[in-house]
Amino acid sequence: MTQADTGAAGTARPARRRRLPLAWLGLAPFMLFALLFLILPTLQIVTGAFVDQTGGFTFKNVVNLFTPSILSAYWISIRISVASAFLGCLVGFLMAVGITIGGLPSWIRAPLLTFSGVSSNFAGVPLAFAFLATYGRLGLVTLILRDWFGVNIYALGFNILSFSGLTLTYLFFQIPLMILIVTPALDGLKREWREAALILGASGAQYWRMVALPILWPTLLGTFALLFANAFGAVATAYALTGSSLSIVPILLFAQIRGDVLQDPHLGYALAFGMIVVTGIANFVYIWFRTRSERWLK
Amino acid sequence: MKTNRFWSWLFLLLGVAYFVFPLIGTFEFSLKMRRGAYSFDAYRTVLTDPQFQATFGYSVTMALATIVMGVVLVVPTAYWVRLKLPSWRPVIEFITLLPLVIPAIVVVFGYIRLYNTSSWLPLTGSAMGTNILLMFGYTTLALPYMYRAVDTGLRAIDVGTLTEAAQSLGAGWITIMTRVILPNVLVAVLSGAFLTFAIVIGEFTMAALLNRPAFGPYLQLIGANRAYEPAALAVIAFGITWLCMGLIQLVSRFSKLPNAGR
Repeated sequence: MTQADTGAAGTARPARRRRLPLAWLGLAPFMLFALLFLILPTLQIVTGAFVDQTGGFTFKNVVNLFTPSILSAYWISIRISVASAFLGCLVGFLMAVGITIGGLPSWIRAPLLTFSGVSSNFAGVPLAFAFLATYGRLGLVTLILRDWFGVNIYALGFNILSFSGLTLTYLFFQIPLMILIVTPALDGLKREWREAALILGASGAQYWRMVALPILWPTLLGTFALLFANAFGAVATAYALTGSSLSIVPILLFAQIRGDVLQDPHLGYALAFGMIVVTGIANFVYIWFRTRSERWLK
Repeated sequence: MKTNRFWSWLFLLLGVAYFVFPLIGTFEFSLKMRRGAYSFDAYRTVLTDPQFQATFGYSVTMALATIVMGVVLVVPTAYWVRLKLPSWRPVIEFITLLPLVIPAIVVVFGYIRLYNTSSWLPLTGSAMGTNILLMFGYTTLALPYMYRAVDTGLRAIDVGTLTEAAQSLGAGWITIMTRVILPNVLVAVLSGAFLTFAIVIGEFTMAALLNRPAFGPYLQLIGANRAYEPAALAVIAFGITWLCMGLIQLVSRFSKLPNAGR
């Protein structure tokens, strides 16, 4: 950093008076792009949520969100996001523990991390196809369970086009993301801490409860928030899986943008605004916990 | 310690089973198009479908354009921030992370309202304009990954010294960018590029809402109307994602060799 500073001062000295405007100009293309294609479009939606048909300021659009059908869409979206984030964290954590400190052979680690990189990016429409072909009514696992074990999961209330099915599908990119984030954190647990705890007479469970988990806690909670936002904003997987039969927020918004199903464009703005608020809070929580976790894990 | 290892194996196997079942299931399903026998009929139908070729070609072109746009936008910016405006780093970093906070569907909703035919910049008025808008949308989607990759690459080289050396040899800014900085962060740029490719190739939301004939909406259409072809397409899409990640691993392994010798 200091080298860059001296370099900047050195190159700019002959033209000291022009230095400030020139340095600014270097960022102008990026700033212009971000403004035009990221920030202004978002602001357009946010301000649209607080404007009525005549252009005056109003809270009516946001208040209109609190109708039973829209509230239930938010509620099921939040439930799916919480369930898939929680299970993703849990399973991802257990698998990451296995490859870091759980005593699994070291050759497993690299392939698992590579696979996680692939799977965490394998979302969207193809993922929905894969789960339909596997857990749909004629899917491989459904048929095997029915024909070999006599278990009809559809008779037991499972449906790939429902809350449980969507949660199961989302785990395919949630678990790998958790593994990718938590593995470095687990690597950061120092061996000495465990040894010190054991020497002082702690059991393995006590070490986890009183040393390791408190250190990992910010990482775990932060990643939970990230996975939550990840699931909450996912449109393509849900749309390809359920069409519009399951009314979650992104699908409702998608249908609204395509064809004004809510009969009120400003309600669409409010719906999108609500999404930004939810993912914004989740990401804020993630960043906050992340800065806290960095104190220990260096 | 032994029980510990037993649980590790158990969780790993359960996890692996969860990931492997859909892959096997999809592959098996994609082979079942011909009644009573396994065949690659579904793949043949898909690959010879002119719609497939057209939409796939469109998405590949979009992905390449997005990569070029991303590189042109991100590399000079990240370089400039490191060289001249280090105090701006948190701001730029924050902006590049925004696409992770703002769902893509919200951004594209904003595009539709902001750049429609009656606005000051009517990009959605023509097919070319919409293509450009979609490319910009994809660039924002790829921004977090591209910027992170390039910034990590720049951290490994001494930007200040390289710039001064090039300048004292009489190089201008464009020469510095294309012949000094870019070759030095090429591996990072390539990782970002492959990731961008994997994201753009199957992207659905933006393309569907901007009404462009991309691969993602085509996949969705096939999924809604056919039985076996979607499974074949899912296998192909997974293969593409795998390929992109494999290439990232490959180029980053190449980059480690010279470093180890230093």
